[in-house]
Amino acid sequence: MSDEPPLLEIENLCISYFTRAGEIPAVVDFSMTLHAGESIGLVGESGCGKSTVAMAIMQYMGHNGGIVGGSIRFKGRDLASYSAKELRRLRGSEVAMIYQEPMAALNPSLTLGSQLIEVPMTHEGLRRSEAYSRAVEMLSDVRLSDPERVMAAYPHQISGGQQQRVVIAMALLGKPSLLLLDEPTTALDVTVEAGIVNLIADISKKFGTAQIYISHNLGLILSTCERVCVMYSGEAIEEGRIVDLFERPLHPYTQGLFGCIPLPSCDKNARPLTPIRGQLPLPHERPRGCYFGPRCDYFRDGLCNRELIPMSPSDQSGHRVRCLRWQEVPGETPERVVVARERIQVGEEVLRATGLQKYYPIHDRSLAALISGKGVRYVKANETLDFGACVRETVAIVGESGCGKSTFAKVLMGLETATDGELHFAGDEISRSPVRKRSPQQLGSLQMVFQNPNETLNPSHTIGAQIGRVIKKFGVESDPGKIQQRVLELLDTVKLPRDFYKRRPRQLSGGQKQRVGIARAFAGNPKMVVADEPISALDVSVAAAVTELLMDIQREHGTTLLFISHDLSVVRYLADRIVVMYLGQIMERGTTEQVFAPPYHPYTEALLSAVPIADPNVKKREIVLEGNIPSALNPPKGCPFATRCPRKIGDICDNEMPPRKSDHPRHVIACHIPLEDLIKVEPVFRTVAGEAAE
Amino acid sequence: MVLFILRRLGTMALTMLVVSLLLFLLLEFTPGNVATKVLGPYSSEEQRNLWLEAHGYFEPLWYRYGTWLGRFVSGDFGDSIRFKVPVADVLWPRLWNTAILGFWTFAVMIPLSLMLGVLAGMREGSLLDRTISVTSIVTTSIPEFASAVFLAALFVFWLGILPGTSTMSGGFDWVQLVLPVMVLVLYDFGYVARMTRASMAEVMTTHYIRTAVLKGLPYRRVILKHALRNALIAPFTVITLQVNWLLSGVIVVEFFFAYKGFGALLLEASLNQDIFLIEACAMVAVFVAASTQTIADVGYTVLNPRIRFA
Repeated sequence: MSDEPPLLEIENLCISYFTRAGEIPAVVDFSMTLHAGESIGLVGESGCGKSTVAMAIMQYMGHNGGIVGGSIRFKGRDLASYSAKELRRLRGSEVAMIYQEPMAALNPSLTLGSQLIEVPMTHEGLRRSEAYSRAVEMLSDVRLSDPERVMAAYPHQISGGQQQRVVIAMALLGKPSLLLLDEPTTALDVTVEAGIVNLIADISKKFGTAQIYISHNLGLILSTCERVCVMYSGEAIEEGRIVDLFERPLHPYTQGLFGCIPLPSCDKNARPLTPIRGQLPLPHERPRGCYFGPRCDYFRDGLCNRELIPMSPSDQSGHRVRCLRWQEVPGETPERVVVARERIQVGEEVLRATGLQKYYPIHDRSLAALISGKGVRYVKANETLDFGACVRETVAIVGESGCGKSTFAKVLMGLETATDGELHFAGDEISRSPVRKRSPQQLGSLQMVFQNPNETLNPSHTIGAQIGRVIKKFGVESDPGKIQQRVLELLDTVKLPRDFYKRRPRQLSGGQKQRVGIARAFAGNPKMVVADEPISALDVSVAAAVTELLMDIQREHGTTLLFISHDLSVVRYLADRIVVMYLGQIMERGTTEQVFAPPYHPYTEALLSAVPIADPNVKKREIVLEGNIPSALNPPKGCPFATRCPRKIGDICDNEMPPRKSDHPRHVIACHIPLEDLIKVEPVFRTVAGEAAE
Repeated sequence: MVLFILRRLGTMALTMLVVSLLLFLLLEFTPGNVATKVLGPYSSEEQRNLWLEAHGYFEPLWYRYGTWLGRFVSGDFGDSIRFKVPVADVLWPRLWNTAILGFWTFAVMIPLSLMLGVLAGMREGSLLDRTISVTSIVTTSIPEFASAVFLAALFVFWLGILPGTSTMSGGFDWVQLVLPVMVLVLYDFGYVARMTRASMAEVMTTHYIRTAVLKGLPYRRVILKHALRNALIAPFTVITLQVNWLLSGVIVVEFFFAYKGFGALLLEASLNQDIFLIEACAMVAVFVAASTQTIADVGYTVLNPRIRFA
């Protein structure tokens, strides 16, 4: 620690929003000290107040928010004493911010260049030409390959990853001493995220900028920060150096969080996830004393619910915790009642895709297209998909956005029909039967759980009516009394109280809605359930509970689960077999163990390396992909991955479709590199010291 | 882009062709009626037949439509029954007068409503916003005939500073234009102002405005450079559509102030069953409607880069 005054000192900060319902405290008693060049992570679930803290540092809280207590001092001076003019000088030059959604953060009707140059023009009074060359220089610093073109482009003309680089460049143009990063990679794909994280780390080294990195992802915090502060329901509940906190979390909530993350040491059979029970209290319904009390296993009545609990240091290293009983709480992730499950025995095949292809025609009516005669082009969403799924098995399709995984789900569900190939499900050929032509039995035996639970339930019908309707439609029951009985049983199955029957979706939390979605999917006793990113919209602790629930029901009903996800750590945890897709094609498929160990497809290798892991004992090889995913309108002629592949062997990759190779009957890799060479690479993950993963 | 404009123009031509056919069928399908209208109710059967013969009304329908359309396109609209002169001689000066009225109405209304809308939308819920919003709702809900009476009572009879009629009989006089313009502006500015306000308020809540503020830009610059451009896309369409409204909406005002414009002409033509004049007026109205729509579409594409390149 240096002797000069800290860059940022937040002391007992309290922020409230004033609404018609009264004062809602968003942040309570928050303290933090940040020195120049240091990076600190703010981690917590949605609604915990982490973004509010960032906005308070920016003094930008909207007209209904305000600081009601405490102080924020920047370079020793209280931000509350800044005049509007001084604040303007501070924003963008001393403190800059990087936002969650780069597309929304950029003005859609101005060129990126004009948005970039105004930063040095405003703060340093540079002339346009000077500002322009400065911006171009900065764009190449954030590793954008063609800065001149980017300067002239509008935001929608470049990809999400490039947009975020522009936003980063914009923030750095003011040469800030403090950078606030509010979930800067949440909206991006994993491999793109890896590139951005890498860039951010380099920036702090190169420019010596202090950073506050806000994220819900502990793995990302681990790879970007030196210290971390965990927030829960508006309070900081634990703070300390990364290594201390990750290896020895003290607060029961922090420990609970680690129990919810599918770390490499977890296993769905031997060491399942341990979700935190209950849910986050609403800001105006927080309990007395410890806000985590009602969900805590170590809660003691009369002690934990008496008064606001202060943050107290646990040792000399600055590790602080807001818990009265931390000394009595075991230091590690508690070995709760871990029910080791039996391995499932898979049955015969229920789903088989053979050479499945889905093209979407795009009609181009521009003058150029008319002249060249290319009036119709095709989006090649799925190209020769071959794979199967067996009874009771969990098959995961992973890939980044635009890889065609959702298109496959649509064809499977009958929302789209395939353009070529076959798709057999439970004995029927369904690749060309649209959903309206399917029988109730077919519909009922193939159901879906959707990504966003808030949008899949009809807001004006009760939960009971919505599930009941499905039961009736699929012809499971027809008698109203029996339908109601069945709905109640389904509510029991998804562990929702029976009085939810009469409730409407708006009275439910996100996790509860997703449980209703699962109940609805299982209403027709399906043979197979397609889950399209079912937990990506949920918070960590809720997601863990929903994941466990989904697996329990699957086990109980002997259902086949097709799990579509971009999140490899979840996939590794719950899938039996994995299909890795890129640009509409299968790059690699095999059992989870096969996919996660060499030989890897180079894309799988990069994908695995990009996954942030919240375990300091796991070391991984760093493979950062350059460039963007090519458009599905115009995919490369040879291997789809050839344009970004770090292991490309030559022209053959560009010009010829890679052959499928297997080292095992059920493990297939589509690559030109000989299998012997693929097998030679080191595993991406390596566990060093400490507890070894099983 | 060129193809886009060409396609819009093509659509516009097609629209007008369809409307002209409908109009023709509606008004000229029964030749007997046309003759009655032209020659008056007291004409004899023989006279009518003679007239019909002379004007080619016994030719097949498609041929009649063809010649009718041909003459129309070349600017020959036939003779007005009421004014006893070629329709074109009455129509063009009247249209010009309305164009003058419309121009001044727009010249006052657009800056006024955009400014008020932007001011209100900039700080949603502020006192200024509420004042502007309420005022614009009140003025929009007063119909032109009511505000015309009210304003005339105020400025003509009570204050006596403005003339009550706008006949322009002694040549063009801008003083006579003040009251009609005032009535039109009063009625219409609220609509455009509220559209602008809604659009501006929406833009002010977007993340890119937050980005601009947190870049440390002066507030003026945030508004002028970042907000306005996006906020004006929606009102632009509304404004171009107001041209349509002006053409027919001025009937009341022109009649009230005895202003010799297109609206008054339309009214007179309808009252007197002046069939060729009605046809010409209707085609002019359709032409204006179709072309403002085309301009709105093309302008929208130019203003919005996301559409331009899509």
